[in-house]
Amino acid sequence: MPPSQTKAALRVRNLRKTYKDVVAVDGVDLEVRSGECFGLLGPNGAGKTTTIEICEGLTEADSGEVEVLGLRWGSDAPILRQKLGIQLQETQLAEKLTVFETLRLFRSFFRQGPGAEEAIRIVQLEEKRDARVGALSGGQKQRLALACALVGDPDLLFLDEPTTGLDPQARRQLWELIEEFKAAGRTILLTTHYMDEAEKLCDRVAIMDHGKVIAQGTPRELIASIGVEHVVEFSAGNATVDLASIGRMAGIRDIRTENGSVLLQVTELHRAVPELLDELGRQGVPLTELRTHSATLEDVFVHLTGRHLRDE
Amino acid sequence: MSKRGCMDHALVQLTLMRMREFIREPEALFWSMIFPLALAAGLGIAFRDRPPEVLKIAAVTPRLAEALRQEKLLDVMQLPPRVAEQFVRTGKVALVAEPAADGSVVYRYDDTNPEGRQARMLADQAIQRAFGRQDAIPDRDQVMREPGSRYIDFLIPGLIGMGIMGNSIWGPGFSIVDARRKKLMKRIVATPMPKHYYLLSYLLWRMILLPVDVGVPLGFGVWVFGVPLRGPFMALVGTCVLATLAFSAGGLLVASRVRTIEAASGLMNLTMVPMWILSGVFFSSQRFPDLVQPVIQALPLTAVIDALRANMLQGAGFAQMAPQAGVLGAWLVVCFGLALRLFRWR
Repeated sequence: MPPSQTKAALRVRNLRKTYKDVVAVDGVDLEVRSGECFGLLGPNGAGKTTTIEICEGLTEADSGEVEVLGLRWGSDAPILRQKLGIQLQETQLAEKLTVFETLRLFRSFFRQGPGAEEAIRIVQLEEKRDARVGALSGGQKQRLALACALVGDPDLLFLDEPTTGLDPQARRQLWELIEEFKAAGRTILLTTHYMDEAEKLCDRVAIMDHGKVIAQGTPRELIASIGVEHVVEFSAGNATVDLASIGRMAGIRDIRTENGSVLLQVTELHRAVPELLDELGRQGVPLTELRTHSATLEDVFVHLTGRHLRDE
Repeated sequence: MSKRGCMDHALVQLTLMRMREFIREPEALFWSMIFPLALAAGLGIAFRDRPPEVLKIAAVTPRLAEALRQEKLLDVMQLPPRVAEQFVRTGKVALVAEPAADGSVVYRYDDTNPEGRQARMLADQAIQRAFGRQDAIPDRDQVMREPGSRYIDFLIPGLIGMGIMGNSIWGPGFSIVDARRKKLMKRIVATPMPKHYYLLSYLLWRMILLPVDVGVPLGFGVWVFGVPLRGPFMALVGTCVLATLAFSAGGLLVASRVRTIEAASGLMNLTMVPMWILSGVFFSSQRFPDLVQPVIQALPLTAVIDALRANMLQGAGFAQMAPQAGVLGAWLVVCFGLALRLFRWR
């Protein structure tokens, strides 16, 4: 790897931001390396948007340091604005303008970068070139917002919840685009509350909760850190299960009940499942459901907080 | 990559966005065009040229009728006494002239009705002349209906000023609040665009619409009523340009911090209504007490209207309009500067 690949594109140290009596960001440290896709994962209200908007120079932090591409907002804002591509959460672009007109407008703000036509091609909106923004679907609007972030040929791309509210097909389309940016070597910081999105797109992830980063690393590292590779979930109808004896089985790391189901975190699926079936047979409990999945970032979040990502 | 010409300048593209958003909003376009036209049409009906009114009266004898017909402002019917009496009671004629037994003339009319009193004067004058009265001094009439001294001549410059103010404050104001609410403004501010371009684009947009804002009421006044344009036309154009810039800057200032359409509406009315009343749109601002005159003279709408009246009606050129231009220039600089400083970009 060339040396530039290992340089930090974004460095955040001990960031704090309070709104009235709510602590939105509470001592966050981050480092995004050049060329990687970094994800801020967490439930709504975890402080992701506040963090990313401070990095984008749109919100001022109460304290802490932010260094973007080796520059600082206080002294280098005009240069920084030329180098960043930004997609905000919930922006409504001018509805009366066409796709082409919108991109030509945004392109006019930057010194260099692909033209409007090129940007339309990148996000595959050729067919909608002359359609009004107001007539686009949610997915098309998000792709246009992405194109607006690209017209300055940015060194660093900020994407705030790029797929929230989209249907599965539109999400996949957007993921493909983001993967293309990654392949082109762009540095990306994205926020999401979808663990599958973070797992699929991000080289490294910081999990946020209540304004703090509670874990940081590659998705693999984070999943491995909870010492669990698989989750087994079963339910036994209305029958009473003796959880204590199940918990004593070998290779069971954790046991919980949730909505009438029992969740087991296990290291070795091929040993745990037969043993579980034997044990349930001994207890004479009927099995009504049995599911297994490999551990995900969701399980990491549950392990760390006891809550699900999308619990409000 | 396409070649970048002046069309790719950020200010040009921002101004184009304003234009497109305006033109593609059929309702906004409709109301901004239809309102000045409706106003002008209404005035057209109210101030159309009418011949002097002719009064209907009745006489009961051919001789009286003959004498009365010498007066052109009277429309004389000869009627039998009973019918004539009926007509004057129901107001179909303003007056009845009838001979009395002693040879005098009797006028029957309602003296609380101005038409009756006027008919009495005209009828008596016609009859006295017909029976031989001579005028003591010869006289002749000079009718004052020249363009430039009528109410419509006074009103049209007022309406032009009012139109510039309304369009320049409403237009940018609503657009800004909308962009702020939809976070479009925040998104644009996240680009390297110089912030003053964003505000300048509103001024440019209003400049492009200026021919419509001013042209409709001015053209209507000139063509339909013959309102004079006695001063240098370029001085009139210059005044309108400066006024548009000053009021648009005012619109930016009014919208600099508000987040909702309701708050913006209230603030805009608070700005404009006092000027509608004080600045002499419909009647001379001189009618207000001397004590408040310095305040009234410092208002931008007063400055525009006074300058337009001086130019159109008295033929004033650039030199005579300098004080008003100074007032407008000061408003422009102060409002734009404050707007740039106070503006909430998200």
